[in-house]
Amino acid sequence: MIDKTVSSLEEAVAGIHDGATVMIGGFGTAGQPAELIDALIAQGARDLTIVNNNAGNGEIGLAALLKARRVKKIICSFPRQADSQIFDALYRAGEIELELVPQGNLAARIQAAGAGLGAIFTPTGYGTLLAEGKETREIDGKHYVLEYPIHADFALIKALKGDRWGNLIYRKAARNFGPIMATAAATTIAQVSEIVPLGELDPEVIVTPGIFVQRVVAVGGAAAKAA
Amino acid sequence: MNKLTRDQMAERVARDIPEGSYVNLGIGLPTKVANYLPKDREIFLHSENGLLGMGEAPEPGEEDPELINAGKEPVTLLEGGSFFHHGDSFAMMRGGHLDYCVLGAFQVSASGDLANWHTGAPGAIPAVGGAMDLAVGAKQVFVMMEHLTKTGECKLVERCAYPVTGIGCVDRIYTDLAVIDVTPEGLVVREMVEGLSFDELQKITPVPLKLAPLAAAA
Repeated sequence: MIDKTVSSLEEAVAGIHDGATVMIGGFGTAGQPAELIDALIAQGARDLTIVNNNAGNGEIGLAALLKARRVKKIICSFPRQADSQIFDALYRAGEIELELVPQGNLAARIQAAGAGLGAIFTPTGYGTLLAEGKETREIDGKHYVLEYPIHADFALIKALKGDRWGNLIYRKAARNFGPIMATAAATTIAQVSEIVPLGELDPEVIVTPGIFVQRVVAVGGAAAKAA
Repeated sequence: MNKLTRDQMAERVARDIPEGSYVNLGIGLPTKVANYLPKDREIFLHSENGLLGMGEAPEPGEEDPELINAGKEPVTLLEGGSFFHHGDSFAMMRGGHLDYCVLGAFQVSASGDLANWHTGAPGAIPAVGGAMDLAVGAKQVFVMMEHLTKTGECKLVERCAYPVTGIGCVDRIYTDLAVIDVTPEGLVVREMVEGLSFDELQKITPVPLKLAPLAAAA
């Protein structure tokens, strides 16, 4: 019997190695897998490259991971926010590397990795600082920039419900990067509010099919026994 | 002259958004446009974090941290609205599916280059978000900004001094003094606030303007 559910957060983040590239879902704190990030901090992996839309809010979740000095580099679109003081201080001290990527290119590069593409031509960023030194091409009279896929060793994402095959559904705008990051990582780890018996998720509404998910862990005490 | 307030600017932009439009409103000043969209029009607001059919702010106490807009403020979803992931959201933006986006700006050049993401100042931490995707992707790119900076420099310029967001991407500029179209023939003034003459507007604007008012909208 295939059972991708694991019974603890510790088990969920096992094997994340020093120097790993880790995608973390979320847009600000919506969809951020805070419990998995806390488990990663406890697990101790360092020199991580993190892929996220932002660079942490306040002192929790991703910001706490940064504060614990586990992150060598962050790939994101919007680090500077009213409450990104942890990142700001590390960046100003030269203690974290930043690769700034326009948000749509971030999404497209993640999708390219998940879809097995070698690269993409994107119109976003053409002629700007963020395309400096990059190959460009004119296609049908429009200008494009060559961008490469972003692969990850691990993706940590948050979903609403999952089953033992790894099928996932999400909640509202917490979906954001979760489904595309799940496709681009060698090992995708999903925290869910509830693990439901196989067959309970309507196949017509499953957002992430289980093929993209390797581990599912329930948080918040709503873990049903995987049937 | 009757310089427009920020709310009046938002109201002016809202008048130009027709029934049935798919629209993205940028963070900051453009977000105000939502407050003035005519109630008798069905207009679909898109938010880059995966919402279409975004509604107003919720009642106090009804906020949901997983139902937010691109500025990370709580919002609601209208009946018929939908949620989707970032790949789909940016396909809507980059793929030419949005009819309008409204963006703030530091500067716009005479040829429609937009600068709105980074001052380039030493020590400034850059952040770009979805601005570059909207600039290249929406069918019509509207900019709303004050005509002059707080220190009196015009934000319409021959060439942007700040790092650009997109090249030749702006279609129309709404300032607190005028509505100006970017055309192959240059900047064309369509409207000016009451009490402002074209000569006065040209005097404070360091790029050549033409005057060609549009017929009043029905």
